[in-house]
Amino acid sequence: MKRRQFIELSANSIGGLLIYSLSGVPEVVNAQEGKVRVPLRFFTEPEARAIVAACERIFPADESGPGATQAGAMVYIDRQLAGPYGADKYRYTEPPFVESAPGHGFQGKENPREIYRAGIQKLGPDFATLDPAQQDERLEAIEKSHFFQLLRQHTIEGMFCDPMHGGNANLIGWQMLGYPGPQMSYREEIGKHNGVAYRIKPQSLEQILGYPVKPWEDEERG
Amino acid sequence: MQTLAPVDVVIVGSGWSGMIMAKEIASRTPLSVVLLERGGPFRGLATYGNEMDEVDTFIRKRQAGNPAHGLATTRASRNDRANPLRQYGTFPWVGYGMGGSSDHWGATSPRFMPEAFEIATHLKHLHGADKLPPDNLIQDYGITWKDIEPYYTRAEEMMGTSGKAGNLNGKKIEGGNIFEGPRSKEFPNPPHPQLYAPQLFARAAKELGYHPFPMPSSTLSRPYTSPDGIARGGCQYCGHCSLFGCMVGAKASPNFTLLPIVQRKKNFSLRTHSQVRRVVHKNGKAVGVSYVDEAGKEFMQPADVVVLAAWVYNNARLLMLSGIGEQYDPVSGKGTLGRNPTFAVHAGLDFFLDKPQNVFMGSGGMATAIGDFGGDLGSEGADAGAFRGGLVFCYTQGDPPVISAFGAVPEGSVERNWGSKWKQETLKWNDRYATFLSTQNHFPYRQNYLDLDPTYKDKWGDPLLRVTMDWTDAERKQAAFVVKKQVQIAKAMGALAINPKPVPSASHAAPLMVDNHSHGGAIMGTSPENSVVNTYLQHWQMSNLFVVGGSALPQGEEHLTMTVAALAYRSADAFIDRYVKRPGPLA
Repeated sequence: MKRRQFIELSANSIGGLLIYSLSGVPEVVNAQEGKVRVPLRFFTEPEARAIVAACERIFPADESGPGATQAGAMVYIDRQLAGPYGADKYRYTEPPFVESAPGHGFQGKENPREIYRAGIQKLGPDFATLDPAQQDERLEAIEKSHFFQLLRQHTIEGMFCDPMHGGNANLIGWQMLGYPGPQMSYREEIGKHNGVAYRIKPQSLEQILGYPVKPWEDEERG
Repeated sequence: MQTLAPVDVVIVGSGWSGMIMAKEIASRTPLSVVLLERGGPFRGLATYGNEMDEVDTFIRKRQAGNPAHGLATTRASRNDRANPLRQYGTFPWVGYGMGGSSDHWGATSPRFMPEAFEIATHLKHLHGADKLPPDNLIQDYGITWKDIEPYYTRAEEMMGTSGKAGNLNGKKIEGGNIFEGPRSKEFPNPPHPQLYAPQLFARAAKELGYHPFPMPSSTLSRPYTSPDGIARGGCQYCGHCSLFGCMVGAKASPNFTLLPIVQRKKNFSLRTHSQVRRVVHKNGKAVGVSYVDEAGKEFMQPADVVVLAAWVYNNARLLMLSGIGEQYDPVSGKGTLGRNPTFAVHAGLDFFLDKPQNVFMGSGGMATAIGDFGGDLGSEGADAGAFRGGLVFCYTQGDPPVISAFGAVPEGSVERNWGSKWKQETLKWNDRYATFLSTQNHFPYRQNYLDLDPTYKDKWGDPLLRVTMDWTDAERKQAAFVVKKQVQIAKAMGALAINPKPVPSASHAAPLMVDNHSHGGAIMGTSPENSVVNTYLQHWQMSNLFVVGGSALPQGEEHLTMTVAALAYRSADAFIDRYVKRPGPLA
């Protein structure tokens, strides 16, 4: 059996509470210190570092708020790839594979795991150590590739998914958007608040239901 | 193959069509009814609550059928090679599991215009046959508004549709759609409250001289008890609507409004995980269906009457696989099976507003609409090459919840769609946009058709359905005409920027034209020469075979659910009141 891989991330780089200054500038407050050791399900540790860096360039932390590293987007992607999605268990994979109009969607043979493995190769073994401008250059070179389109989409998913999937740590993405989470009712609010932001404290599905729900990637491993 | 004990009626599919047939037949006759559904059982309200997760439910579609088993192939013209739809995404989830597509629809519930049922006669009279697009196959339904109106009412009362009448027995009422056909009754429930952008739309549309009204929706605006005695609570506006099951049962679904009734009947039985592969027939009569269960075991279910009510195009595919009827040939124009597949011309735009919209609230069918560009577009449209329009409606996302609603920016505002500049722009507009959409008539054409794919097969080794379809200049002109009107209204609403949705160019449209809004393939009509089924949805060549659903519609119109449900009621009435007493052709 393959040795289990981990990635160590600094604890105060993940999740946190978003506080807005009077001028509207968001600041992340994080009480945690030290390192978090995240077990990896699919990526090797060097692959995970490359993905953390690439996601952060796609959705960077900046003066507008937190980015992909703080949300844990890589953790989300790692679990999706380890789950049924990564293995194409729910995709029609009968040959022949022939390219077609874009509307048909991806017509290739490779599954998302293979696409990521090949894509990370293209980023280069030193990708995580480059400075942001150099990283952007490498990403621009593959911008049109199917790998990049997937990576971009998955980064957004990792920013704003329910935290049970590994991303959106401490609901940091939802805090930034003011999205309240899967609330069961807005019946008292509907048709009111016209043009005025209605922003309540976000809650995850588990917090709202009062019990945990098992995500697909946990239910169907491998 | 194991042969089971014979039954009177076997029904294939548990969407609105199959379940309306099942409920009417099992309640009003002593006939034994077996319903076969390819997916799983009704999952229950608590499960729908657990499924309020965008990644698993909306994006990955965990609860849908497995695309690996085979969906369909599509191509733009018969000179192209067809490619399979390999994954959800480009191909929205179609019905799978109890309730079919009716369990995860958005519940947008308009009726068709009265002339839609006599459209060929109507347009030829209005414009002259030579003015209409070349090679069109538009066709009358063989029924009139008077025939179908009572069944629309029955469908609305069963679902508890929320809305406001604009034409009650010929009397025009401001605030409803004054262009709609005369209805015999007011909606069973009042309209939903209107969200902010739709309110702005109503104001701007009125100032421009149009006639805004709340889009009818079959999600309950208040607690309601149907004539069948089914009580349901009102919508909670949770923003998890289209593609989700409703966790409070407010969005009409056969699982809420019909299943509880038939489940109590001793003459009804339900078998889920039952994939029907053939209608078995002998000497010009259907004798039952063959199906395979989850374990791969094959069964023959003998029946006196077979009702096909599968996903729209699967009705045609089952007939093709079973060798019932003559396959349509686009070259000779011969054959009726697989003819007239249509979609709806979707034309619209996203636009950006200065104030927050709280887009996470709402339900699927919540919108404000105008009927001023529905139906005939008059000489103004005809001069631009556009003959028929559709309702123009405005909504804020409401659903999808957050990920799929993220990322809209004014066109040209950022150079690339990733990185810091893009992120800041998306955050700026994240809750400040609204959408216009118009679902318009789509004409059938000689060159658009369905048949069996020569290459790709499903899990059971049967050929996939092949869809050959594209827009013509007529659809593109029609879309351009209506979008121009939409831009005018968006500007009047104070839009800061407008992104028109791209009108698909040739060959790119085909894969996007297959989903729950598809029509045709086994159409109804006045003779075996122009249709597969008669106006009671009874097969012309096989009187004990009924083919019910969107497959019967000869051309694309508005959102089709209410019309599909109304036609199923009409078919059920004819079957129960006439066929049961005297089996044989009803027309």
